[in-house]
Amino acid sequence: MTVLNGPIRVVESELLGYRRTWRGTAISSFVNPLLYLTAMGLGLGSLVDSGSGDLAIPYLTFIATGMMAASAMQNGAADGAFPVMAGIKWRKSFEGAISTPISPADIVVGRFLWSIVRLTFVLVVFGAIATILGAMEFVQAMKAVPPGVLTGLAFTAATTAFTVTREDDTSLSTLFRFGIIPLFLFSGTFFPISQLPDFLQPIAYVTPLFHGVELVRKFALPGLDETVITSVPTWIHITYLVAMTAIGLVLASRWLDRRLRK
Amino acid sequence: MTESLVEARGLTKKFDEFVAVDNIDFDIHKGEAFGFLGPNGAGKTSTMKMITTVSPITEGKLTVFGIDPTVNGRAIRQRIGVVPQEDNLDLELTVAENLYIYGRYHDMSRAEIRERITELLEFAQLSDRGKAKVEALSGGMKRRLTIARALINDPELVILDEPTTGLDPQARHVLWDRLYRLKQQGATLIITTHYMDEAEQLCDRLVVMDKGKIVAEDSPRKLIETHAPREVVELRFEEGSHDANVLKLDGVAQRSEVLADRVLLYTDDADDTQRAVESRGVHPEQVLVRRSTLEDVFLRLTGRRLID
Repeated sequence: MTVLNGPIRVVESELLGYRRTWRGTAISSFVNPLLYLTAMGLGLGSLVDSGSGDLAIPYLTFIATGMMAASAMQNGAADGAFPVMAGIKWRKSFEGAISTPISPADIVVGRFLWSIVRLTFVLVVFGAIATILGAMEFVQAMKAVPPGVLTGLAFTAATTAFTVTREDDTSLSTLFRFGIIPLFLFSGTFFPISQLPDFLQPIAYVTPLFHGVELVRKFALPGLDETVITSVPTWIHITYLVAMTAIGLVLASRWLDRRLRK
Repeated sequence: MTESLVEARGLTKKFDEFVAVDNIDFDIHKGEAFGFLGPNGAGKTSTMKMITTVSPITEGKLTVFGIDPTVNGRAIRQRIGVVPQEDNLDLELTVAENLYIYGRYHDMSRAEIRERITELLEFAQLSDRGKAKVEALSGGMKRRLTIARALINDPELVILDEPTTGLDPQARHVLWDRLYRLKQQGATLIITTHYMDEAEQLCDRLVVMDKGKIVAEDSPRKLIETHAPREVVELRFEEGSHDANVLKLDGVAQRSEVLADRVLLYTDDADDTQRAVESRGVHPEQVLVRRSTLEDVFLRLTGRRLID
């Protein structure tokens, strides 16, 4: 048995379950970008672009890149939250799995691998819709996929670590209400963080989605100026997100083990 | 001497200050059905979880197939099948898919699994349900599927935690029949239960557990022979006369147990005892004569009943 054998078995079981439920998630993968990009990008964007804004790129492009990172965050965080709680408490499928050769770490790593597949799908669809709506060239949109996936994975790993220490889903709702949604609104997705009040800007710099949004824009649209992006070097974004992913995975594995193997 | 599959010496499990399993010793031999009988909270499930390697032991020594679970739990789990107390089937998948996933967890090839699924569905009497969603199954069927799932890897040791709790009598009998067949095929079974009839039906040998300790160990028949006279006369009295009658019965049988609603008289000759009761001027509302069971053994050993 190689190290990845167990995790791959977990991916297989996720895939089998997904075959029953894929329609709902697939539809929202198409509908969400369409709604956001038409309402915010095209609708609100026509006001922004004709106003006193000094963005170097059309607002639709700005929103499309920001939303790719933000929706990766939302999908990634969701993957690490409710299905994990279900596995621990509601369905107890994890308890069943660990009575076979599968270990808690296999479950964490397997679900993580599965997240890569799901996030890639979500972001490719997002990019395709952004292309159709004229936000970007197709090639640019596809360049946004890998940094987007990395952003999502950082959130999958961190949220999983959080979830395995929680007793019920109220704390998960709290996480989304007071964690994910504020990040969604204030991380440069809808406006450059240079527009934030001075005292809030340092906070934005340390939040994970900021790094995801910046990384997506710098990958997809090289050569942007400071009206759109900050001067933070790319390697810092990557290091931040990779570290968050790695720490999240290690803690999630350790804490799930502690939770399941009492 | 028969080969020991599981050996425990001084096995102890503590949760903080609470001692769930308190310094117990046992050996489980190849090919036998070994039972852990005791009320809820006696430490049976904690013991099972240590054997299945999902709960680290606190103190003492435990080996399964000669392997230390703290050293190589995975190697043990490859060779066992576990039926948990609560079903944890995937309700959204079909019956066959539930088996398939566990086959993959055990690293079996697809062809191997397909063949095994056919056999197991037949064994679990679910052959016509392979494509049905688990959600639609009855409680008894779900339980049989959980057992079938535990057998996917053709385990050398099958561990069943309260296999029939929550099932109606008919479903229980079907399940007992399946487990009996499994035993005949040579499987080693470990069963926890708080039903004495289940223990009597299925177990070759059992330990009686109470408050984390083993209070007796033997075959069901030997336990009854050792700890309880052959027969029991159960007396129920008219409401209000229970206490007064109890006083009159002092010393009437070899041993007696006074419960809230009835009196149990233990004796080797029920007819004799009944006559003796009558001669003391006691006229119960209801008299029941039965053979001693493990329930009586438990009552004798712990002063309490198995099911409250």
